[in-house]
Parts: sequence; C-alpha cells; structure tokens
Amino acid sequence: MTFLPKPKLHHPDLAENALGYTRRDYEGAISTLCAGCGHDSISAAIVRACFELDLPPHRIAKLSGIGCSSKTPTYFLGNSHGFNSVHGRMPSVLTGANLANRDLVYLGVSGDGDSASIGLGQFAHAMRRGVNMTYIVMNNGVYGLTKGQFSATSDKGAKSKSGAINRDEAIDLVGLALQLGASFVARSFSGDKAQLVPLIKAALSHQGPAFIDCISPCITFNNHQGSTKSFDYVRAHNESINFLDLIPAREEITVAFEPGTVETVRQHDGSLLKLRKLDDTDYNPRDRLAAMSFLAKHRDAGEIVTGLLYIDPEETDLHDQLGTTATPLNSLTEAELCPGAAVLAKLNAALR
Amino acid sequence: MLQIVKTETAALQAVNDFVVKFANVNGSGSASANQLFARSIMRMGVPVAPRNIFPSNIQGLPTWYEIRVSEAGHLAAREGTDLMVAMNPQTWDQDLASLRPGGYLFYDSTRAIPQSRFREDITIIGMPLTELCNAAYQDARQRQLFKNIIYVGALAALLDIEIEVIETLLKEQFRAKEKLIAPNIQALHMGRDYARDHLPCPLGLTIRRGTAIGDLISMDGNTAAALGAVYGGATVAAWYPITPSTSLVEAFMKYCAKLRIDPRTGKNNFAIVQAEDELASIGMVIGAAWNGARAFTATSGPGISLMQEFLGLAYFAEIPAVLFDVQRAGPSTGMPTRTQQCDLLISAYASHGDTKHVLLFPEDPHECFTFGAQAFDLADRLQTPIFVMLDLEIGMNERLCRPLTWDDTKRMDRGKVMTHADLEAGKTFGRYLDADHDGIPYRTYPGTHSSKGSYFTRGTSKDEFARYTEAGAAYVANMERLLRKFRTAETLVPAPQIRSAETPTRLGALYFGSSSAAMREAQDLLTTQNLDIDLLRIRAFPFNDDVRHFIDNHDTLFVIEQNRDGQLRTMLINELETNPAKLKRCVHYDGTPITARRIIALIEAHLPHRSAP
Repeated sequence: MTFLPKPKLHHPDLAENALGYTRRDYEGAISTLCAGCGHDSISAAIVRACFELDLPPHRIAKLSGIGCSSKTPTYFLGNSHGFNSVHGRMPSVLTGANLANRDLVYLGVSGDGDSASIGLGQFAHAMRRGVNMTYIVMNNGVYGLTKGQFSATSDKGAKSKSGAINRDEAIDLVGLALQLGASFVARSFSGDKAQLVPLIKAALSHQGPAFIDCISPCITFNNHQGSTKSFDYVRAHNESINFLDLIPAREEITVAFEPGTVETVRQHDGSLLKLRKLDDTDYNPRDRLAAMSFLAKHRDAGEIVTGLLYIDPEETDLHDQLGTTATPLNSLTEAELCPGAAVLAKLNAALR
Repeated sequence: MLQIVKTETAALQAVNDFVVKFANVNGSGSASANQLFARSIMRMGVPVAPRNIFPSNIQGLPTWYEIRVSEAGHLAAREGTDLMVAMNPQTWDQDLASLRPGGYLFYDSTRAIPQSRFREDITIIGMPLTELCNAAYQDARQRQLFKNIIYVGALAALLDIEIEVIETLLKEQFRAKEKLIAPNIQALHMGRDYARDHLPCPLGLTIRRGTAIGDLISMDGNTAAALGAVYGGATVAAWYPITPSTSLVEAFMKYCAKLRIDPRTGKNNFAIVQAEDELASIGMVIGAAWNGARAFTATSGPGISLMQEFLGLAYFAEIPAVLFDVQRAGPSTGMPTRTQQCDLLISAYASHGDTKHVLLFPEDPHECFTFGAQAFDLADRLQTPIFVMLDLEIGMNERLCRPLTWDDTKRMDRGKVMTHADLEAGKTFGRYLDADHDGIPYRTYPGTHSSKGSYFTRGTSKDEFARYTEAGAAYVANMERLLRKFRTAETLVPAPQIRSAETPTRLGALYFGSSSAAMREAQDLLTTQNLDIDLLRIRAFPFNDDVRHFIDNHDTLFVIEQNRDGQLRTMLINELETNPAKLKRCVHYDGTPITARRIIALIEAHLPHRSAP
C-alpha cells in the first residue's frame, strides 16, 4: 500500500467558497480504507464542513493517533499539516501544538481503541484542560487493523463477527466528555451527513474543547447481526434530539425563528447555532447535568442519542487559563525570550 | 555543660580544609540555617561544597547537610566527617561512627546522654540548645527555628567565622521582611556569646579569610539548567513531578514569572503545563516543537522509561525536543533521592528499532546553563531529541562554579526551516530530502503557505517527500540519512576536554558529568603518588574524533562512571569499536557521589603491580 495521489483535474464549474477555494482544495489522497467504511463518510463531512466554513486549508492542523480512524487525515485536507502520532497519544501532541500556536484551527481525529482504551487518560486530560480543538472519535466498537477484536466502546452483550459475546461494560465517551468539562459535546452517525456536517462546522467554530462521538460502522468486522454498531442497528436505534444549523459570524442574521421549536446559541466567535428540536422532550443543551441524565436513561433503553448534546458558549480555553500572550509562542523572538547579558550579570551577583 | 573528653588521639587541626556535617530531622527548618553557614564561609573567600543527603519523605526522617571546606577548591564529596553537628537523636550512633578519629562532635546537651554513647577518640562539645531556646522564646515554632540560628552563631565562634559576614547575609536574606532581621541577629549572637563564654573557641578547625572565590557563583544545576532554558528561548514546558528533576521546572516557573512577562500586556511569553504523566509531557513537547515552539521536559530515569515510544517517533519523524534527565538510582523506583549516572544506554538508544540520540553531559551548574541553552539550538538544527544529562549530585546541590555568561550578539539557531518566502521563490521542499548532504532535511511550520510546503508527519515509513511508503529502498535510504545526520551531530555538540598529566603517560581516564570534581582531585593526588594519568572529559554523545584519538594514544584507559554496568564503556566499545580489553571498568554506584579516593581505589584495582597507598 503506498500513497495514492488524486488527479488534479478540476471541473471548471466547481463551486468556490468565499476564499476562492473549491471542495478539491480540502480533499486529501484517495482513501485506502475498505469500500463502504463509515470513516470515509466522516472524512467527506470534514471536507464539506471546512469548505463551507471558508477556513483556509493551511490554517488547519490535523492530528491523529493510530488505527483505521487515525489514517483518515491523509484522506482529507491535503493542504494542511498533518500528524499521525502514536497510539492513544494524539491529545497530548495536539495540546503541545496548540500551546505553540494558538492561531491555527486544531482537528484531532481518533478512534474508539485510540481514545477509549490505550488513550483514555489522554482523552480525559485534554477535555479537562480545555484545549481549544475539535476532537472527533470515529467510533466503530472494534479493532479493524488487527481484525475484529472488541474495543472498549463495544456494548455489553454485543456479538463479534466470529461469534464472541462482549462481557465488559462499554465506555461512553460522550458521558465522560460531559463529566470532564468539554464545552461542546455531540454525537452523530457517519450515515447521517445532514446532521454531521453542521455539527463539525459548529465544533470547528467553538472556542474550547469540542467533542464529537461519531458512530461509524466497520463494514468489514462489525456490520453483522448482533452488532450494536452496524449500519442497520444504528439506523434503527438512532434517537436524534435536534437538528443544528450554523450561521457563521460574518453572515447577517435575518431569519426570525418560531419560538419553542428552535433554540439559538451565540458562540464566542460570533457564529450562531440554530437548533431545531426533533423530539417532544424539553431537552436543554445548556444543562450539563440534565444531559448526563438524559443520555443515561436513553442508553439503558438501548437508544443512541445523537445531536448537539451540550454547549457552553462562554467557555474559556487553556490559553486563557495559562494567561498566554496573544502572539503565537512559536513566533516570539530573542527580543521577547532572551533576557540578555545584563540581566545575567545581576543574577550572578545574587549568587555570591 | 561543657564536656571535653581527654583523648589519646590528637584532635584534628586544619585551616580551611575540613568536612562539617549537620544531622537533622527533615521538616525542622534546618536547611536555611545550614545554607547560611555554608554561604558565610564562601563569603570569607573560602570554597565550600555543600550537599543535601535526604530521604524520599516529607517530615520526620533523618537528613544530613554536608559541607566540604576546601581552600584548594576540591568540590567533590570526601569521606569522613571532621565536625559533626548532631541534632538528630535517631541517627546518633551512625553520626558518631562517621567522625574521623580526632574529630569534633557538637550536640544539644539539654538532655543528658550516657557516657557509653560517646566515643573516646573525639572532642565532644555539648551546648544546651533546647534549654537556651526554651528560656528565650515562648512560641514552639520560634524555638525550633531560632535553635538553628543559635547553633550557627555557636559554630561561628567555634570555627572563627566572622560574625559580621553572617549578619550581612541575614540582612540580605530578610531584605523584604525587615522585622525578621533583628530577632535573627539576636539569636545568632546568643549562640556566639554562649560558645565564647562556655566552649573551647576556636577549635582545631578554623576558617581563615581567603581569596579563592573571586567571581565564582554558587547555585544548583537544576536552577542553572532552567535559566538555560529561559535564555535558550524555550516557550513550552510540559512536565510531570519526579525527584530529582522537579526543582528544575519550579525554577523555570520562577524565572519566567520574572523575566518572561510581556511588559505591555502583562501576559506570559511562555506556557507551562503539568501533564498527567511523562507520556503526555513528552507528547506535548513533541507537538509544540513540531509546531515551531522551543519546548522541553524535565524528568528522571522512570520518566525516560515511559517516554520510549514517543522518543522513537521524534527520532524517526525528526522533531526537535529537549529533555533534561536528572538521573537517580534505578532500576524501577530505585533510590529516588540518591545519585547515579545510570540512564546513558536507555537515553542514547531510546525506543524500539534502530535509534541514536544526542546526549550532553554538563559537569556543573555553569555547563547546565550553557548546555541547557545550547540544547535548543541543537534540537532545532538537528531536528531530533536532545538529552541534557544531569544527575541528583549536580542538579540538587549548590555548587561553586564560574559565573554564567551570555553573548548578546548570539541569535537562536532555528535550523532549516523553509519560510513562506522560500516556498514562494519556488524552492523544492521535500521534508526528508537531504538537500545539503549533511543528513538534515528542511521542515516547514504548519500554517506557513496556502498551497506549498504542507506535509504529513508520521511514525511509519515514508519517502523523501513525506509520502507513505513501505518500499524497502526508501526505508533504508531514510535510515542511512539519519546516520549521516548523526555524524553531522558529532561536529556540533560540545567537544571533549583534555586535562593532561604533567608528564607524558600511556594511562588515560575517561569520565563525564558529576564525576569531574572527584576525577580532577584524584589526578592531582595520583600525581603526588607518582602516577600520571591523562584525563578526557566526555561532554556529549555522539563521540567525536578527539575521543577516538585519545583512546588510540593510550594503552590503558579507566572509564570512570556512576552506574553498575559501565554504560559509557559499553557505548565507547559499541560506537568506536574500541578493544574492550583497553577500557577498564571503574564503577561506583551505591547512590553516594563519587569521591577522589574512590576513583583512586578503582584505578588501582586495575594496576595490581602498584601497592595500595
């Protein structure tokens, strides 16, 4: 398996965004994942979200760990710097990158093995530290590259392709993200692009730790009868609570919303989240405790709740907490960094 | 209260050349009084080498503070104690036993100690410290703290230290809390007056004003390394607390708070994150450095063990990183508060697969500072992890050294970074392309250019343009280039230093880091015993040709190191293909710092024809 470049032929009528980029400018190399893999749909959703948000591709940094999901950054945003790090450690690498340059947009991509097993600690600490990033877990409940072992997000009682029954409790990353202080928490499904693209756009616009757990069926090892992460199972049990639309900050908001059915949330960057409620419940995405209880209740009923589950638009990020200068640390020079010989002479004098 | 035991053994007599040891209980506030005592001798122009000997514990266990006074400037530890200040009943027997025959014992005589618990060949000086304190102070904490100052006053009288020197130090120490000055000086005088009136002042051991200090400074290596990181332009520090490296990051915090605040906005020109573990620390350092910041972590052996996977990534993906490894005794948890030089192999060859890393070996705080700053230039230039190898002995003890120096005309070497202008000008960018034939490729920072210069960083194999490939030829070409890069590193790292014997000799010794003071003293002592040995101090790995020539030019070489297995010796054999028979393993690894006498004994064990001195 080697690198597969995409042909650079552009259709002359290809639509351009406000920066003059086409969708092609946000694409990457051809995917080498299995045909029909849920992850490829998420890659496509990322491409579309970045295109529609008019993000300059080179101002995004994409980082991942190890696994099928972590390979995907090769398949989107080919003009962005990417970093395929070590298994389960993307959060620390992303945290460091973010400390070095607060002006880029950080997209972390991981999987359920990467984030819920080997990297659970780093996942947790990146959330509680408030790193400004979009963290997407492509969650298929299975280890694909090593051929079908259960992962830590496999539901108790789920059946593997070889017929084994999972005896362990599942780790719910959404529940953890809520508890650990993520300020944007969503769940979606790779098969529901209409829901997923606006969620990714909103997450990328969010100033703080934004987490999206995206159920993404493994077509090869976890799409059979008895799996709780198959296309059929997720479609049948998907309980979508709201539909999100994002209006970027620069667009004038002219639409008047019908009260009661649509909730709006203004984010820190000025963008407006328009949330259309899809169920009868009085779900409030700004109530962290209620979200946790709602999710637990539905999980016990075998339902997979999707949508924007929690948002705190006033969240501060790690840089705010550290009091870091507005200039990216990687562009400071001797003048700001090195105190010089005169200061050293004084320090010497105090050491005698 | 004064008890002087008449002995057959003559009481020790020495001026500016003896060892004083304080036996204390940790958490009793003795540390600052002991430091005051050490500094007062330094202010009298006489070199001192203080050492903390402490347990891995917070309160209640024994600690010692040892001060070697040496007008000749010997700063290594020395066996035996000449004056014991025995303030800890728990370690009484042990402390008494460590005194040299003819030595002096100073103790709190408030409570009577049976005659059988003393030795007959020493001078015993009892002073009712607790009784004096209880009479003078009501508050329990004051009694404890001033007791320490009182014994410093008494020692000043016993050793002939000028009391004005200590008064000046107290005034400097409490400049910001002026009302503490008078009571401290009062306590100091109380001790001095009592000693003058009741004790045999001065003892056979005395301090005489000297001129051996000059412009030397006294600081610990961790603090110096932290200051090096400030001067070297480090902006991101990620760390996990571990003895004996913790004080390095704490010093970095302290200096940043003073020297790195943006004067206009009051914001920080740095970011320090206490990570959840060492894996995350090194991950953050790698992420920050990938993104163009100068980043470091400080740790000890157990941390280096945990960082192995990431270090392989940094080596293979070619990401700068600076690690300060303040070594302690391993393996496993080992002896967290005891010194060793035992992380050479795990650092030099860190991670699975074929790797080689650059190591720097500072000998004292001056070099901790210099190498600490230089490490960031080397990391950026070589795009690889740089290890600055301290140990507890250098890191946590105050050491007299040359003043720190800085050249204001020096600029940071950010290495081979392609800029927006370079890319616009049409320069070919291949992330792993050896454009200059020195093994070092060019890199770009994320976000540089809208259509050129982006690349994908990965731990998997890739071609010269950073594209994924499992082709054997591309993999081998890349690995060979990394070797070329390592040879380039040889020309950039600090060169070894040679200290030749007075007369030509076929004997040589190789050593590094904190062994240097003891090694130099040993060379001087051996010269007086008519054994000439040339010295070569290794200051970095990879070894350069000077090391090879030195080995070629001597018949027998003693490799002096503070670990069990002779790790430096192994590396010399491995890297230079030296005949192992030529390299004599001379190891000291009980957790105490190596001494000159110990080195001489190790060398003489390999010279059976010489009788022991």
